[in-house]
Amino acid sequence: MATLKELSKVQERFVGGHRLCAGCGHGISVRMILNAVEDANVVVGCATGCLEVASTIYPYTAWNCSFIHNAFENAGATISGVEAAYRALKKRGRIDRDFKIIAFGGDGGTYDIGLQSLSGAMERGHNIVYVCLNNEAYMNTGIQRSSATPVGADTTTSPAGKVIPGKQQPRKDLTAIMAAHNIPYAAQTAIHSWQDVHKKAKKAVEVEGPAFINVLSPCPRGWRYNTEDIVEITRLAVETRFWPLFEVENGKWKLNYKPKKYVPVEEFLKPQGRFRHLFKPGNEHVIKAIQEEIDRRWLALLERCGETPELPPR
Amino acid sequence: MKTKVALTGNEAVAQAMKQINPDVVAAYPITPQTEIVQIFSSFVANGEVDTEFIAVESEHSAMSAAVGASAAGTRAMTATSSQGLAYMFEVVYIAASLRLPIVFPVVNRALSGPINIHCDHSDAMGLRDSGVIQLFSENAQEAYDNMIQAVRIAEHPDVRLPVMVNMDGFITSHAMDVLEVIDDETVRNFVGTYVPEDYLLNAENPISMGNFDMYDFYFEHKRQQVEAMKAAKEVIKEIGKEFGRISGREYGLVESYKLDDADVAVVVLNSAAGTAKGVADELRAKGIKAGVLKPRVYRPFPHEEIREALKGIKAVAVMDRAETFSTCGGPMFADIRNALYDLKNDIKVVNYVYGLGGRDLRLEHVEQVFEELENIRKTGRVDETVKYLGLRE
Repeated sequence: MATLKELSKVQERFVGGHRLCAGCGHGISVRMILNAVEDANVVVGCATGCLEVASTIYPYTAWNCSFIHNAFENAGATISGVEAAYRALKKRGRIDRDFKIIAFGGDGGTYDIGLQSLSGAMERGHNIVYVCLNNEAYMNTGIQRSSATPVGADTTTSPAGKVIPGKQQPRKDLTAIMAAHNIPYAAQTAIHSWQDVHKKAKKAVEVEGPAFINVLSPCPRGWRYNTEDIVEITRLAVETRFWPLFEVENGKWKLNYKPKKYVPVEEFLKPQGRFRHLFKPGNEHVIKAIQEEIDRRWLALLERCGETPELPPR
Repeated sequence: MKTKVALTGNEAVAQAMKQINPDVVAAYPITPQTEIVQIFSSFVANGEVDTEFIAVESEHSAMSAAVGASAAGTRAMTATSSQGLAYMFEVVYIAASLRLPIVFPVVNRALSGPINIHCDHSDAMGLRDSGVIQLFSENAQEAYDNMIQAVRIAEHPDVRLPVMVNMDGFITSHAMDVLEVIDDETVRNFVGTYVPEDYLLNAENPISMGNFDMYDFYFEHKRQQVEAMKAAKEVIKEIGKEFGRISGREYGLVESYKLDDADVAVVVLNSAAGTAKGVADELRAKGIKAGVLKPRVYRPFPHEEIREALKGIKAVAVMDRAETFSTCGGPMFADIRNALYDLKNDIKVVNYVYGLGGRDLRLEHVEQVFEELENIRKTGRVDETVKYLGLRE
C-alpha cells in the first residue's frame, strides 16, 4: 500500500477553483478515489448534482482530465458509451493510450433516478468504476429526501413535523443491490479512513469488469454539522455501525472494520441538525427503532461475511 | 457498382449501417424499429461489422450511451420509434447542444396514448425543436440513401449535429420495396473515417464536456446551434450533389413534383408523397394542374426553397401526420404558412391532418384534397382552414 507521501506526488485531477462548500465530502472523496488511478489517463463521467455544478461552471473546469456530464439519471449509460468507444478505438488501432473510466453520481442520481441506467451498465459488464458520493439526500436542490436518506432525518420533503418526525422509511441497501449483479467488485467506504478508500478504489480500478463503490460523503448543509467536523462525523457513522465498511469481491463478502466497543447511534445523531428533533421528549422511540435496525442489519452483515453474528461489547 | 435488390425499409437501413460500419451502436427494441437493431446485431454476431454493440436497458440509455461514445471520439448510432424517442427526449437535446454527430434512424410511429403501434409523425414532431437535423424518406431507397448521407452531414465541421433519419412505420419499414444499393467500398469511401476535433479519449488534450452553463454563456451557445443549422442547409445540398455522383440519385432540401406550372399543390412528408404524386399524375391527365412538394429536410426548415417552389401556386394544402392541439392545425402547416407569408402572393393555404395512428391514406382522400383546392382556387374562398382526412365525424 502506498504511503501518503507517495500519494501526494500523484497527479491531481480534481483541482482548486471548484465551488464545493466548506466541509463537503465530495472533493475529498473524488481526490482520494482518483489518487488510486495513479498516472493512468482518466475519463470521468458525472451525473447532474452538486459535484458537477460546482466543478464545471463554464468556461472553467476543476477537472484536470477528460470529463463528461450528460444528464441526471444517465451517468451509468454515458460511461458505458465512453467505455464502448474506448474498446472500439483500441480495436481499430485509432488510439494506443490506456484509460480508466470512472463515473461519479450522488445518491439521488444513483439510488433513485439513475438506478436503471446503473443496473444496465453493471449487468452488461463494462470495464468501469461507478462511485456513489452518498450524502443521503438531494442536496443540490436543497435537501430533499432520497431512498438513501436514513430514518428520522429532517429533510425538506420529509420534514420533522408535529405529527411525523422526519423520514419514515429505512434506506435502500444499494451496495447489496449492486453486489447482487454479480459484479467482480462492490464496496462501501467512508472518507475518515484514506487507507480504506484508497485500497478499495485501487481494487475497483484494477479489476477487469464493472466495480461499484459507495462512499459516505457528508454534507454540512443537509446534515447541519460544523464544517470542520466532517471527518469526525464520518468516523462516528462507522463506529456506531450506521455505515459499515465492507467489500464484496467476486461474490465473497468481507467486513473491513469491526468497532472495538458498542457505540450507541446517538453519538452519530447528536452533532447533526437533521436529527435534532429526535432528542425532543416523545421521540425516544424513533432513536430506539434506528438503533434496533442498525443492530439487526449489522448481525445480518456479519453473517453474510462469515463472521460470528454478535454485537460489539458494551 | 450498383445492385437492384428487394428489401424492406428496415432491412435497407440496417444494410446502410452495415456498410457504414459505425464504431459504436447502442440500441433498444421497439416496434416498428426493432428489426433494424435485430438485423444489425446479427451482422455483429457474424463478424460482418466490427462495431461495438451495446444492448442497453432503455432508449434513454441508448441515446445516453451514444452521447458518451460520440463524445469519446467515435461514430455512434442508435435507432428508435415513438415512445422510445419520447423517452430519449432530454438526451436528444443534450446530444445536439454538445454538437455530437450521432446518426439515428427513427421509424415513425404514433405516440401513446392510447397505445398504438402504427404510423404517424407525432414522435418526430415532438423533437422538431431539439436542435437535431431531421431528414424524411419517402421509401426504402430514400431511407437507405439518407442514412449514408446523414453521416457526412452530421460530421461536417460547419454542422456537427445529430441527424435523425425518418421513415414511415410499417408502410416503409416493413413493406418490401425494390431499391438500388451501392457497393460497400463506394459507401465506405463516401463516408470516410470520422476524425473528431476534441474528444474525451484524447490523452494529449483532456476536455470537459457538458459543463454547467449560466446566463452569461447559454444564450450564445444556443445561437451557435442556430448557426450550425443554417450552415447545414448548404452542407446538405453539397452532400446531396456528391451523393448523386456515386448513386445517380441527387438530393436537395425539398423535392418539387410537377410544380412549375401547377395551380394547386399538396405539401407532404414521407411515404404519403408517393401517394400524392400518383394522384397528381391522374389529375393532370384530367386537365387539373396538380403538383406535390415533399420536404426532405424538415429541420432546418427550408423556407427559401419552399417559398421558391410554391410562389406561383394559387392554393396549397399542407398535409400533417401529427396534431399540435393548438386548434390551428398540424406542425408543418404553421411552418409552411410562415414561409409563405412574406411572398404576399395571396396563396390560399389550408391544412389536412391525416393518418393518425396508422389510419390509411387512400388515393381518394388525396383526390378529395386536390378537388377542394381547385374549389378554393376557383372561388377564392376558404370555408375551413383545418380538416381531417378519412375520419368518422
